[in-house]
Amino acid sequence: MYKIAVMGDKDSIYGFASIGLDIFPVYEPQVAIKTLRRIVDGGYAVIYITEQLATQIESELDRYRSLPTPAIIPIPGVVGNTGLGMRNVSKSVEQAVGSDILSDA
Amino acid sequence: MAKLNVNPTRMELTNLNKKLKTARRGHKLLKDKRDELMRQFIELVRENKELRRQVEQGIAQANAHMSVARSVMSDESIDIALMIPMQEMSLEITEKNVMSVMIPVYESKFRTADENDIYSYGFAFTSCDLDDAVKSLSDIMPLMLRLAEVEKSCQLMASEIEKTRRRVNALEHVMIPQYEETIKYIKMKLDENERGTITRLMKVKDMMLAEAHNYDQK
Repeated sequence: MYKIAVMGDKDSIYGFASIGLDIFPVYEPQVAIKTLRRIVDGGYAVIYITEQLATQIESELDRYRSLPTPAIIPIPGVVGNTGLGMRNVSKSVEQAVGSDILSDA
Repeated sequence: MAKLNVNPTRMELTNLNKKLKTARRGHKLLKDKRDELMRQFIELVRENKELRRQVEQGIAQANAHMSVARSVMSDESIDIALMIPMQEMSLEITEKNVMSVMIPVYESKFRTADENDIYSYGFAFTSCDLDDAVKSLSDIMPLMLRLAEVEKSCQLMASEIEKTRRRVNALEHVMIPQYEETIKYIKMKLDENERGTITRLMKVKDMMLAEAHNYDQK
């Protein structure tokens, strides 16, 4: 049985607690990395992370890209959409094809 | 140098021919695998982008409701309202095999029987905007799960496609030409040896004839 975690600044993620996800409010990148490692070991299969925080620990997140679990999914926080999520998708395409052939631009 | 460093013997030639055959077959199979993976990958990526757009929109909406709720309620009362969640969501993961890439399939489970049991507070002292925020998050949740599934699949498939593509290229542009060239080299060498032997035999025969019939004394 796996659980779902949400990481990010408190304002962005508070609502998720009510629908049954575990929330981990973090602000500092260093703390975020530590928390993330703890979460990964703690039996979480899906981790949603605010884009704002994700940009700060991108290299750490890349480590989990090719592993089957966990799935780390960037979501927009209260400050708005930074486009990181879409960039991640493009990154997958680039990795697979060699160039981003599906970009809208 | 494209040629392998081998002895030009018949045994090597047979071995190389076998290797070339295997390499060609492997190349064809891997190419098929790559093409099929690519097809599925492109489909997934399209879905991924669409889902991401919807989810980002949904979350933005939820955040908007939340901001309004925050402005009409005090921080403490919101904290209290959301402090102890009613619902708990957990996941069952099964794996689906797509061209030997294991992609996850999530199935959500809820602690309480009614999965709409999402309001962890009484309605008397909270703003209806908080209800809206929670409701819109709960509405977007199935999409978010599907997004996680699809996005992870995309990432896993991307690395598999990358590997397969490299293998195909290595076979196509390195291994197969190398084998072909080496086989050609051995064939030439063997042919040359054979011609050498024939000329030598002819020469020896001439010499023997000359000796037997005393040509040189005429």
